[in-house]
Amino acid sequence: MYGKGLRALSIATVATISLGFSLVFFYAPLDADQGFIQKIFYLHVPLAITALVGFIVGGVFAIAHLRSGDSRWDAYSYVSIHMSVIFGVAVLVTGSIWAKASWGHWWVWDEPTLVSFLIVFLLYATYYPFRYAIEDRDRQARYASVFAVTAGAFVPLNFLAVRLAESLVHPRVFATAEGGLPGSMRLTFLVCLAAIALLWVTLVKFELTAKSASGQVKRLRRALDAPAASGQSRIAPEVS
Amino acid sequence: MLSALLPLAAPALPLDEAGKYVAGAYVVFLILIVVYVAIMAAKLQRIERELRELAGFAEQRNRDGESEKVTVDV
Repeated sequence: MYGKGLRALSIATVATISLGFSLVFFYAPLDADQGFIQKIFYLHVPLAITALVGFIVGGVFAIAHLRSGDSRWDAYSYVSIHMSVIFGVAVLVTGSIWAKASWGHWWVWDEPTLVSFLIVFLLYATYYPFRYAIEDRDRQARYASVFAVTAGAFVPLNFLAVRLAESLVHPRVFATAEGGLPGSMRLTFLVCLAAIALLWVTLVKFELTAKSASGQVKRLRRALDAPAASGQSRIAPEVS
Repeated sequence: MLSALLPLAAPALPLDEAGKYVAGAYVVFLILIVVYVAIMAAKLQRIERELRELAGFAEQRNRDGESEKVTVDV
């Protein structure tokens, strides 16, 4: 069920990523200030936006779960958060590389954008131990949904707080009085953003399909009353 | 090693100080995707193994059921 359209989505993702990265290296002009280093922007910023939106999407799915009690929404919420945490790792690593190249330091503690993203990332890193500390599946799903809603509401608030804080270090390239990005850079950025967002959707669908298949195998095992295989994972929500 | 191989694959890349950092960031992204795909492949293999095991179990049960029926019929 979850695998429907996965092939077309995967092809679209690969095509968009290829187009986006081609634009980055062969079309977008070199930045007058940072030069070639600025090419990291087309990877780092779309990853960050997708990860943060993914956390919010996880919260929205969690609301649907709390309203309906349907475990499928819990699975959507879990997988969205899981994927966004993986994207979050990529954001932190690519951001650190960019910081080292640009500012000469891997990490700058007095920069609100960096620290706020780290706080959001660490908050969501606690989702796993929080979730799996509860053994009862229904309670686990319910409590995890409450966490996802609360943390999801924190993400835009955190973003707003950082925007309001006037920092001199982290660049603001959208909606600035100076005019923001030039057209070719903006187009490249938008294609890269679409590519990374498509990648997120594809991987979420991929993960849901795998979890669904695993859940079906468990159901089949129960129906056949077969002995459980060794090494079965109990750390994922059952999707069936 | 990667920095030594990259100019051979893409000689047009400006692999000075900035180029190394840019290549590093994109390689990290690629590695994360490859690791994720490898984990998913391992999961898929496990599901396939379990399905094969269950199919064998179901077939064995069918065979046992049929032989029981034959014994009762006789």
